[in-house]
Formats: sequence, C-alpha cells, structure tokens
Amino acid sequence: MIDLDETDRAILRSLAADATLSAGALGRRVGLSQPAAWRRIRRLEEAGILAGRRISVDRDALGYGVTVFLGIKLATKGRVSLEDFERAATAIPEVQIVQHVLGLFDYRLRVVARDIADFERILRRRIMTLPAVGQVEANVLLTEEHRPGPI
Amino acid sequence: MLDDTDRRLLRQLLADPSAGTADIAERSGVAAATAWRRLERMTEQGIIRAQEAIIDWRALGYEVEVSLRFTLDKTEPRAFDAFIAAARSVPEVLNIETFLGRVDVRLNVIARDMRHYQEIYRSRILTLPHITDIEALMLISTIKNAEALPI
Repeated sequence: MIDLDETDRAILRSLAADATLSAGALGRRVGLSQPAAWRRIRRLEEAGILAGRRISVDRDALGYGVTVFLGIKLATKGRVSLEDFERAATAIPEVQIVQHVLGLFDYRLRVVARDIADFERILRRRIMTLPAVGQVEANVLLTEEHRPGPI
Repeated sequence: MLDDTDRRLLRQLLADPSAGTADIAERSGVAAATAWRRLERMTEQGIIRAQEAIIDWRALGYEVEVSLRFTLDKTEPRAFDAFIAAARSVPEVLNIETFLGRVDVRLNVIARDMRHYQEIYRSRILTLPHITDIEALMLISTIKNAEALPI
C-alpha cells in the first residue's frame, strides 16, 4: 500500500467529484504543474486506488423512473446454487448490481424499471424465476447521495 | 429529446465509462466531433449528471464494507433530516440512500478491519439520531456493478 500525502488526497477528492478534469486543470487546483499532476495520477492508478470511472445519469429522463433494491434469500444453498443464481441474476439487463452479502439476506440486487408496472413484470418473470430464489424483500429507492469517503 | 444516435452513445458510455470520446464515437459508429457535441449537450441537459472517479477503498486499506439498514422513529417529524445530516458527518459513510418500504435509510460504511468497524459502529453509528432499528449486511463480494440501462 502506498502512502498518500495531502496533495494526493486533494487529487482524489477532485477526481471523485469530476473525473473529466485534465491533468492541467487538476494541477492548477492543487498547485502542481501539468506533468507533476499527471505523474501523481499515474501513480494512483498504478497503485489501484483510482479504479476507473462511474457515470451517473438522470435515470428518470432516460425513462427509468423506478429503482428498487431487493434483498434475496436463497431457498437452497451450496456452491452450485450460488453460481447458478449469480450467473442468472447478472444476465438480467435491468439488474445493475449483484452483491453477495452476509446477514439477513444472501444477495442484494439493484433493479431499474420504467415504472411500477414494469417492475412487477421484472419481479415476476425474471426475479421470482431465478434458480434457488427464496424470500424476496423490495425497497423502492427515493434518494441517493454519494459521499467523498475518508480521504 | 434523445434520438437513436444519443442512445447509442449513452449505451456505449454506460457500458465502458472509462473509454475516451474517440472510442465511444467509433463503437457507436458516429464521427468523433458529433459524439463530442452530443455528449456535451447531454451533460448540459443534465442527462449525464457526473463522471466520477471510482476509488478502490481496498487499495487504501479498507477491507470491510457493511450495508446498514435503518428504520427511523417516524413519530419524530425531523427524523430523516436530522439522521441524514448527522450521517454526512461520518467520513466512513460512502452512500446515503432513502427508501419507501420496510427500510427507511441505508448507509454504506467502510472500515479498515472488524475492530475499526466496531469502533465506528459504536461511536458514530449507534449515536445517530432517531434510530428505532438497525440491520447489517456484510459485503462478501460484488458480482455485478454496472450503471448500464437497457436503453
């Protein structure tokens, strides 16, 4: 693991808010020349700390007005059922996130749908038919906020 | 409104957010200048909200990630606002989401290890206002995490 100084942290904070900043613009913000800023970015990428980009879009404007988080408990367990479930869940286009968790549920899924009727269709045809699926709990997302995290 | 070219560009961008505009243009079968102009316009219209760098917290030594699901005391009219404002002041909180359903609010919390997590949980989480119930899901692995929409 590499040590980060204040400048690295400032770079991470800036890029976490806007990944499209050029090395020049970033350098001006944190008081570095363009090549020096570029070298810092490269180092953070090589250390695996900067791990790509995330695009956030207005899902409503694109016709996906409903986002639902599902907590799913498997009815039967064992390695085979986990793999089958994961493969099938990942293949559903409306499923954006699949996470294996420990606790009240076995999996967490984020599902996008055009509206509640569309969500019901996805739930009945795609989710309830997943291999080994047991109890399912749905919570409709109202607001979401990304925080900068401990940098 | 969005036409087919916009949708093609967005589909490619959402599938690979780290790709440059030139690559996105080529994959969409659109001239680079057109792609640049269209993406710029969609950003101005707020359809593309932000492009954020992803920070890999594991590479920074944060090995534990927990999804904490809260039920709040709804007899308290300011419960949501007060809870969310207080949650924002905890640096280890990465996401704040509100829901319609059995769960009211969800926080994504990271920690260096279980001991650090326990410390945060006791001193920063249990002290958040207006909690009536908490459930924890410990993240084992993320199998799919995509912003892609079936557009």
